[in-house]
Amino acid sequence: MTRIDKHPESGRPVAVSVRGLVKHYGATKALDGVDLDVHEGTVLGVLGPNGAGKTTLVRCLSTLITPDAGRAVVAGYDVAKQPRQLRRVIGLTGQYASVDEKLSGRENLYLIGRLLDLSSKEARSRADALLERFSLTDAATRPARTYSGGMRRRLDLAASMIGRPHVLYLDEPTTGLDPRTRNEVWTEVKGMVRDGVTVLLTTQYMEEAEQLASELTVIDRGRVVASGGTDELKARVGGRTLRIRPADPLELRPLADALDGLRLTGSATAAVDAETGEVLVPIVSDEQLTTVVGAVTARGLTIGSITTELPSLDEVFLSLTGQKASAPQDVRPELEEVAV
Amino acid sequence: MSAAVLTTPAPTITIEADPKIGLRGHLRHTGALIRRNLLWIKQDPESMMDAVLMPVIFTLLFVYVFGGSIGQALGGGHGAYVQYVIPGMIAMMSMNIAQGVGTGFNEDFNKGITDRFRSLPIGRGSVLVAKIAVELLRLLVAITVVMAIALLVGFHVNGHWGGLLASVGLTALFGSSIMWIFLVLGVTMKNAQSVQGVGFLVMMPLQFGSSIFAPTGSMPGWLENFTKYNPMSGLADAARGMMAGGPVAHGLTMTLAWSVGLTVVMAPIAIRKFTQKS
Repeated sequence: MTRIDKHPESGRPVAVSVRGLVKHYGATKALDGVDLDVHEGTVLGVLGPNGAGKTTLVRCLSTLITPDAGRAVVAGYDVAKQPRQLRRVIGLTGQYASVDEKLSGRENLYLIGRLLDLSSKEARSRADALLERFSLTDAATRPARTYSGGMRRRLDLAASMIGRPHVLYLDEPTTGLDPRTRNEVWTEVKGMVRDGVTVLLTTQYMEEAEQLASELTVIDRGRVVASGGTDELKARVGGRTLRIRPADPLELRPLADALDGLRLTGSATAAVDAETGEVLVPIVSDEQLTTVVGAVTARGLTIGSITTELPSLDEVFLSLTGQKASAPQDVRPELEEVAV
Repeated sequence: MSAAVLTTPAPTITIEADPKIGLRGHLRHTGALIRRNLLWIKQDPESMMDAVLMPVIFTLLFVYVFGGSIGQALGGGHGAYVQYVIPGMIAMMSMNIAQGVGTGFNEDFNKGITDRFRSLPIGRGSVLVAKIAVELLRLLVAITVVMAIALLVGFHVNGHWGGLLASVGLTALFGSSIMWIFLVLGVTMKNAQSVQGVGFLVMMPLQFGSSIFAPTGSMPGWLENFTKYNPMSGLADAARGMMAGGPVAHGLTMTLAWSVGLTVVMAPIAIRKFTQKS
């Protein structure tokens, strides 16, 4: 039976509790004493660069590898001592879609259902229900290798949901996907969370963590370097930077003065990028974006365009650890157009 | 107080031991995985050709190219050689089919699907047992085809149908024990090509340095000694005896001993490596 204990301090129920987890590969410490808690019904984002130990953590928590030291309890089951019971209450979607490419979507789900001891009738109806839920009914009889990247991930998520898991691990669920497909996957994950599933999500994208997680644990070289609420960490990192271009280039200076007067984040001030003809303003919330636009309009200035620049993971690390991330990143500062 | 969070041990809970998976559970899991592997064959019928084509070509090659002259040495002719080589062909197929299991398994391993299986509450041997079961089925189909060809090129069963069935059974038993070796290779080696390469290196001397294709009497002494201890000779001799009503005791004992020995040693290694692969 699944047992959920309350966190000793916060009093909130904890679905995943990890203490001092260590895993060595030869001389490399993939996990070097990790502590974390995932509260019942929430999403914990585990953020870190390549090689930080994210995947090793997920593999320990899903009994694929045995930790060298430390303890992990998932839904009341000890990872090392009760692996079989634990496997009944978890779902796993890895970095690489773990579906059988040669089987159809329906056969994939049916197979997992049977391996989870559903009767063949139950396995069939569960497969159909999940195909419907993940919008794969039309492709149900086609081999999975003919699926698009996004369909494959959806099938993968569906396969993880067959056993109605208590805790779902998503190990970099959108790595290698295009932005549109990424959004698709996020929507599905949000749906699962609404249904009450507890999620441990690993990602190297700050944006993904912001979209899905309510709490974050940042790890680097096998150690937790920061943890807390998403907003809290974001504030520590400095949030986003607005790049505002006035409609009339001559208004650049007045615009900068107007924004400088706002004193939004306290320490940081508006700066002028003469080369691009833009004013740069750091902000930490969407409300501040509204404030900025309001202030500019109040001065009778016209905005030509606004872009927001998100902090890259590199910047997150720089700010949290004071050092460069340990592995090369494929994450660049992302620009997103804001309609004006 | 926040530092206390990290030092507080996880709440102590009473640990109920993991329940065992019953026989019915094992059968259900293995059955579901067998179904998966059969669907593969349905998806990709050409994979069946690999298993069938080589023994058919070998049969035709040996019967028509070498058959006449080896047959003369046997004191008969073409017909005598057909009677000699067909039981050997069946024995040979045990190894051909076993090699495929390692390659296929390795390909599977390099995809995420194996991780999913390993994160499910199933007996970890069932993935391997299902693989072996389907390969044995493939072996039976291949043997059926080769026997049909054999009858066409003039093989006579001479009423030894029971012996024929017994030879097929013995071949399947020996084949399954060889499959465990290839499963170990499949789990440990980096890619399918290396599995195939090593498989080929092991198979060639065992198949040709045996009594499968020709009597060993005219071979140089060192080679003849090798063939005596080669399990492929034992299997081929036993099959020959059973299909012709000749002596079987020595070949049969040797094959059974090798089969049981290999399975007892290799199966636990394969399952452990599969379980612990990280």
